[in-house]
Amino acid sequence: MTRPTPDSAVDSPATRPGPAAVTRKRSSARAAGLRTPSWVGWLFVAPALGVYAVFVLRPIALTVQYSMYRWDGIGPSTWTGLGNYVRVFTDPDLFASILNAVKLIVFFSVIPVVLGLAIASTIRRIATSRLALVARTVLFLPQVIPLVAAGIAWSWLMSSTGLVNQLLTYAGLGGVARAWLGDFSTALPAVGVIGAWVLLGLCTILLLSGMSKIDPALYEAARMDGAGPLREFVSITVPSLRQEIGVCVTVTVIAALASFDIVYVSTQGGPGNATMVPGLEIYYLAFSERQVGMASALAVVLMVLVLLVALPIQWLTKDKSS
Amino acid sequence: MSRRIRWSGAVLTVVVGGTLAGCGAPGGDAPQPEATSASLAAAPACGTAPVTLNAYIETGFPLPKELSTEFSKQHPNVKWNIREDQFAVITQNAPRVLADDPPDLMRLPQVSELVKNNLLKNLDGYAKAFGWDSWPASQLEQMRMAPGGKTRGEGSLYAMGLNFSMTGVFYNKKLAAKIGMSSPPATLAELDDALAKAKSAGIPPIAQFNGGATGGLAFPLQDLMAAYGPSGPINDWIYQKPGATIDTPSNLQATRHLEKWIKAGYFWKDVNAVDYATMMSRFIKGEGLFMFNGDWESGNLDKQMPGDVGFFLMPPVEQGGKQAAMSAPLTFGISSRAKNADCAAYFLNWVATDPKAREIGVKVGGSHPMGPADAPMPEVAKDTVTASTLAAGAKIAEDNGAMDFIANATGAIYAKSWTPQLQKLVAGQQNPEGLLKSVQSDYTTQVGGS
Repeated sequence: MTRPTPDSAVDSPATRPGPAAVTRKRSSARAAGLRTPSWVGWLFVAPALGVYAVFVLRPIALTVQYSMYRWDGIGPSTWTGLGNYVRVFTDPDLFASILNAVKLIVFFSVIPVVLGLAIASTIRRIATSRLALVARTVLFLPQVIPLVAAGIAWSWLMSSTGLVNQLLTYAGLGGVARAWLGDFSTALPAVGVIGAWVLLGLCTILLLSGMSKIDPALYEAARMDGAGPLREFVSITVPSLRQEIGVCVTVTVIAALASFDIVYVSTQGGPGNATMVPGLEIYYLAFSERQVGMASALAVVLMVLVLLVALPIQWLTKDKSS
Repeated sequence: MSRRIRWSGAVLTVVVGGTLAGCGAPGGDAPQPEATSASLAAAPACGTAPVTLNAYIETGFPLPKELSTEFSKQHPNVKWNIREDQFAVITQNAPRVLADDPPDLMRLPQVSELVKNNLLKNLDGYAKAFGWDSWPASQLEQMRMAPGGKTRGEGSLYAMGLNFSMTGVFYNKKLAAKIGMSSPPATLAELDDALAKAKSAGIPPIAQFNGGATGGLAFPLQDLMAAYGPSGPINDWIYQKPGATIDTPSNLQATRHLEKWIKAGYFWKDVNAVDYATMMSRFIKGEGLFMFNGDWESGNLDKQMPGDVGFFLMPPVEQGGKQAAMSAPLTFGISSRAKNADCAAYFLNWVATDPKAREIGVKVGGSHPMGPADAPMPEVAKDTVTASTLAAGAKIAEDNGAMDFIANATGAIYAKSWTPQLQKLVAGQQNPEGLLKSVQSDYTTQVGGS
């Protein structure tokens, strides 16, 4: 990268239109030894840093602290050390909730990213038509609708008399019709489908904007070499979108691991814990069972898990050329 | 450079220091234990000076508001500041609200955890002054806590009811006529017979909910438990009396009976996806002959299906046997830090004893008012569900069959044990023996652990 980035081009002294007077004044001040001390920079950062410390770092630190106590949220607490963490990994119900979140990654990440890539490259081919605009809008709509409303709408669609079963019956598949969110074997995939629907639009739009940055000359060259649409997709589109795919995967994996709202609205973790996820479990532990310590321990485990998954993805998809 | 490091070090210290400030063990800001409420010289009242009572009530139930309006009409110096929330929100916030922003009157979930943290006022002094002690003991039992202990159902009084509800079985009279059922079943065998007839006539036999985090099959299950065995041991288990267990032979018979109903297809096929509101709308639409529910719906059903709904208590195994029902007061407590505790207590007594208040209690609340056994009962039209639920209340008092709900035994037992276990029973992933064993083992951990 030798070409100056737009920012540096604008900011270079040659292009800065500053009046000569200002430049002279500044240089005279510098000559008089009134150099801006380095702590002034910290003054500018201080408000943001303060807010960050009080509303992000402090809660994290307190959560870590609470996780070592047995506490009902009001009365006196007792120190338990790592006892709560041992229970997170030995209690089959708590551990199963973590496994459920991992299973949700298939629906929240794999499907939206793979399908998003396919849809984005299709839309790109018809970029100028009105259909592309409609498709983009329709796909992005789930991002605009509040998740709670989406969850309620989907639980109607998937109820035993809902649209999904009506369509199945109409197609002669009445035998498979069931209460999708109330059946042990289908509840988790059904929740996953809602998540996929929500996140597909986000991924498509992100990937589409990434595609618009790809140099058309690359495609032209590939076509001259006799590459078909599939070859173009595999050899040019996907590698060029490395960073966008990285963002999509990171965002959606975190959405899967930290899922709460969709599950809370559609199944509340049921039937029989089949859709219990850590986010919901933390909420139940803290507010229904009043085990603030256990809830905090699970929250810390969840945070570490998210970091363990998200950091390698960031590292893998980093643009190596820059 | 070194200068910069020094500055960033200082900032880091400030940030980390601010983050960790006050890093002692959490908790301990709860109110101190209050000396047992001293006996009052005279019954307290609201006086004549202007008073504003702060109340925190459940949204969607008009009774407390109607009562407060009538109270202000009779006591013009009393004004109300009422805050409303859904019951789930109240349940989750109760300890924090009572500790930080103490209301004079608050709708409460099960009281034991609140008493443990000294958040509720001990009402023994008021009970003596107002004579609540002479009311039927079962009305106040669920709101008593043994001193210092975990056991509920005995000891000091920590809350009061605005009325007490009664559960049983509602039935659709039109559908009942179709299967030739002219009067409510008198025994469990007759109920089984009616269920079978409905099934073969193509009528969904039971309207019930069992979806999400609320396992509504706990209603028929507890009714069956009380049909097969005495209600006393079930209450002991709910009150956490030492050594109590839910895994008893008669409860196993009851759970097997419920499983028989499930296997016979008496519940909707999608019962594990049905929530309470869906159950109600389907029952009102005529998609179920029976529904295990409580009298808080009496008024609603009288309005929505006038004359078409009947109510009966769960029939005993043998004709003429004792009957039992889940029955719970509409619990209201006074914060231990309340400013107007005396006036709030006076209000609670007024609700139970004032004729106009009792009438509002029945007409709006649909449930039996609190108060002395011989207190005058408001007139209710004879053919209404409300009339039959009130009559059922009298029968339960006679048989001493009032039970608390098995879902109230501990804070977590409903969401974490009964609901998932009952959902598994429906799906054929759990058997009756395993269900009771697993609930009992969760119970033991929760009771021993807290």
